[in-house]
Amino acid sequence: MDSFIQFKDFTFKYDAQAEPTLKDINLTIEKGQKVLVIGPSGSGKSTIGHCLNGIIPNTFPGEMTGQLTINGKDAFGLSIYDKSHLVSTVLQDPDGQFIGLTVAEDLAFALENDCLPQEEMTQKVHDWAQRMDLLDLLNHRPQDLSGGQKQRVSLTGVLIDESPILLFDEPLANLDPKAGQTTIDLIDRIHREEGTTTIIIEHRLEDVLYRNVDKVVLINDGRIFFDGHPDQLLQTKLLAEHGIREPLYVTALRDLGFNVEMAEHLSDLAKLNLSGFSFDKIRSQAQPLPQEKVLEVKNLNFAYRPERPILKGINLTLAKGERVAIVGRNGAGKSTLAKALCQFVEAQGEIIYEGQSIASDSIKERAERIGYVLQNPNQMISQGMIFDEVALGLRLRGLEEPEIEERVLATLKTCGLYAFRNWPVSALSFGQKKRVTIASILVLNPEIIILDEPTAGQDKRNYTEIMRFLDQLHADGHTIVMITHDMQLMLEYSDRSVVVSDGQIIADCPPVELFTQSHILKEANLKQTSLFDLAEKLGADPLALTEFYIQTEGGSHG
Amino acid sequence: MANQLLGYQESDGFIYKLSGASKLLFFVLVSVACMTTYDTRLILLVAIFDVLLLKLAGIHWKQISFVVKFITVFAVLNVIMVYLFAPSYGQEIYGAKTVLFEGWGPFYLTSQELFYLFNLSLKYFCTVPLAVLFLMTTHPSQFASSLNQIGVSYKVAYAVSLTLRYIPDVQEEFYMIRMSQEARGLELSKKAGLMDRIKGNLQIVIPLIFSSLGRIDTISTAMELRRFGKNKKRTWYTHKAFSSSDSLVVALAIIILLTSFGLFFINRGRFYNPWH
Repeated sequence: MDSFIQFKDFTFKYDAQAEPTLKDINLTIEKGQKVLVIGPSGSGKSTIGHCLNGIIPNTFPGEMTGQLTINGKDAFGLSIYDKSHLVSTVLQDPDGQFIGLTVAEDLAFALENDCLPQEEMTQKVHDWAQRMDLLDLLNHRPQDLSGGQKQRVSLTGVLIDESPILLFDEPLANLDPKAGQTTIDLIDRIHREEGTTTIIIEHRLEDVLYRNVDKVVLINDGRIFFDGHPDQLLQTKLLAEHGIREPLYVTALRDLGFNVEMAEHLSDLAKLNLSGFSFDKIRSQAQPLPQEKVLEVKNLNFAYRPERPILKGINLTLAKGERVAIVGRNGAGKSTLAKALCQFVEAQGEIIYEGQSIASDSIKERAERIGYVLQNPNQMISQGMIFDEVALGLRLRGLEEPEIEERVLATLKTCGLYAFRNWPVSALSFGQKKRVTIASILVLNPEIIILDEPTAGQDKRNYTEIMRFLDQLHADGHTIVMITHDMQLMLEYSDRSVVVSDGQIIADCPPVELFTQSHILKEANLKQTSLFDLAEKLGADPLALTEFYIQTEGGSHG
Repeated sequence: MANQLLGYQESDGFIYKLSGASKLLFFVLVSVACMTTYDTRLILLVAIFDVLLLKLAGIHWKQISFVVKFITVFAVLNVIMVYLFAPSYGQEIYGAKTVLFEGWGPFYLTSQELFYLFNLSLKYFCTVPLAVLFLMTTHPSQFASSLNQIGVSYKVAYAVSLTLRYIPDVQEEFYMIRMSQEARGLELSKKAGLMDRIKGNLQIVIPLIFSSLGRIDTISTAMELRRFGKNKKRTWYTHKAFSSSDSLVVALAIIILLTSFGLFFINRGRFYNPWH
C-alpha cells in the first residue's frame, strides 16, 4: 500500500502561541484506511485535523517545518478551497454547521458553490438522499430533525463532494448514546462502500471502537505516543497515562486481575478469549437511599403551543442529598423539565419544597432553592473577575459588602477557587470556568443544584475534575441533579436515574437496574454499557459486575 | 419556537408560483414609482391593486392585522408631524388656499394641506402591502437566490438569508442567558429603574455577543470548507427560472414606473394638481 497522507518531521506553531502545538510528527496514512486520532483537550489532535482540511494555515496562520503531503504532493500550502476537493470535513455540533434552510439545500450547498447546473444538482441531491435514507426529510428544516438524522444530513452534505478523504472532527459530541452508535455505524458503512480514507478525531474511544478501525493514533502535548492497532494500544497503560477513558470492559478486566497485556483481540469484546476466567460475586444488598423529601413535583404540565405539549403530567420526588441523573433522547423534554423546576418557564402543576408550595416563586426566589447551571459556562458569565462573578447574585440581592465578601470567599474555598479569587475569568480552563459558574449558583445557598450536561465534550481530566467536585458538594449535603447523555457518568456518579421520554417519566430506578430494562433503553435512545456484554460473556450477574466496577473505580479516577 | 411575524405560508396560488426575483423586482420598481410621484390617480390605483393582490394571495386580515396597525400608527404620527412642521405646505404646492378650519395662529387647515397629507399616507398603502406580499408568498429559501438574481452580490444575499435563519437560535439563546441572569437576581422588569434596566440588559448582551461570535466563526468555517466564496458566481438549488407570468409581472412593474415618470412631465412636477 502507498502512503496517501504523510506528515514528515512536521512541526507547527500557531502565530498566536509561543510554543509549537505539533512537534516532530511522523505519521503515515494509507489509502482507504480508517484511522482514529485520540488525545485529551489541547493535545494537538484538532490541529492535525485543521492542517488536513486547510483551516491551517488559511484561517489560523502559523509557522511550519517539515512536510505534509497528500497523494505525493505537497499539501500544506493549498488554499482551503483546493483542499476541500481532497478532504471533506464533518465538524462537531451539526447544529452549528447547517447552512441551508431545508435539508435539500444544505445537501446542495457545496454543489451550488461549484456552479453546478440546477438539473444536475437536483439529480445528485436526490441520489444521495436516497442512499442515505433522507428522501422523506428533504423539505424539513435541519434544526427540526433528531440528533442522529442531523448527523446524517451533515455527513451527506460533504459526501456529495466525493472527495477521497473524509475527516470527522469529534462527531459524537452532544449526541445521545444511541445516536452516537448509529453515527459510528454510518461512518463504517460509508467507509466500506466508498473505500474513502477516513479519519476520525475523538476522545470517546470506546464509542468509536464499536466498529473496527485500522489504526489508532494517540497524541498528547503535540507528540505521537502510539500509532498502531487498537488491540495493542489497549494492552498498554498509555490511555490512562494520557487522560483518555479506556473502554469500560477493559478497565473491569484489569480490575478483575485479567492479564490484559497478553490478551488478543482486546478491541473487540466478542472475539476476546476469556475462557478459564470467571466472575462469580453476587450483588450486595442495595444501600438504602436517602428518604427525607426535599422537593415534590405533582402533575407538572408545560407547552409552548397547546397542541404540542412538552411536559405531560410529570410526578417526581427528590430526597435530600440524592444524586439524580435525568436521561433520555435529544428533545425528550429533559431540559424543559429542568427549566420548569427553576421557573425559567412557567409550568402548570404543584411544586412543593420542604413542605411548602413554591409554585408562585419568582425566578429570583426560586434560585435560592434550586440552582441551574447551564451547559455552556460562557452563557452564564457576565463579569470580568472571578470574585465579582461569584458575588453578583449577592450584590443584586442588596447584601452588605462585608457579608458578601465572607460568603463569596467561603464559596470560593469550597470550590477550590480561593487561590484564583483575584484572577480574570478569561484566564481559566473550561473545567475551572464551570466551577466558577457552579460557585456563582452555590453562593445563593440553594438546596438543589441542577446541571445541564456537566461534562459534555470534556476529556477525562476535565471530566474527573468536575465530577470529583460535584461529589464533594454531594458529600456536603447538596442534592445534585444532572441532565446527561453519558451512561458511564450516570452509572458512576448517580444514585438514581430518571428517564424522560416524550415529556413523561418512563422509568425511575437505580442506574444499574435501568440497564436490565431493554424496552426502556430502546425507547429513550440509551444503551447498555460494555460491562453488561462482558458479564454476559463471563456468564456473570451484570449488576454484580457493575457494582464491583463502581466499588473499585467509582470516584477513584485520576 | 417563537411565533413568526409574517411567515411564509404554503399555497399554490398564482402569486406563490411566481419566482421570488420577479416579486422582489416588482416590489422595488413599484415602490420607486410610488415614492417619486405624488400623482393621486396613480398611487390610488396602485393601492387598490395591492389590496386586490392580498385578496388574491388568500392572505387574511388576521395574519397581517398587527403589521397594518403598526404601520397605521406610524403613518398617522408621520402625518401629524409633517402638518405641525409645515401647516401651509399644501397651499405652496398647489397654489391655492381653501381654508376649512381657522385653527390657532399658523395652524389652520386647508383642503390643499389635507390633500397633500392624504397623498403622503397613501404611499404607505402602496408599498407596505407589496412587502408583506413578498414575505408571505415567497419561500424563505428563495430570498437569497432572488436577491442574487436581481443583482445583489451572492455573499450579501447569503448573509441576509443566514441572518433570517439564525434569528430563532439567537432568540432562544438570549432567553436562556436572560433567565440565568434573572435567577442570579438581575431585575429587568419595570420594577427596576431605567438605568438599572439598561445596565442589566448590557450584562446579558456581553455573553450573547461572545456566543454569537463563536456561532459566526463556526458557520463561516463550515461554509468555507464547502467552498463558499471560491467562485465569482454560484448556482442556486432553489432557483426558479423566469416563466412568462414572471415576465408579465416585471413588465407591469416597468409600465407603472414609466407611467410615474411620464406623469412627471404631464403634471410638470411630482404633484397632481386638481386646483389648476
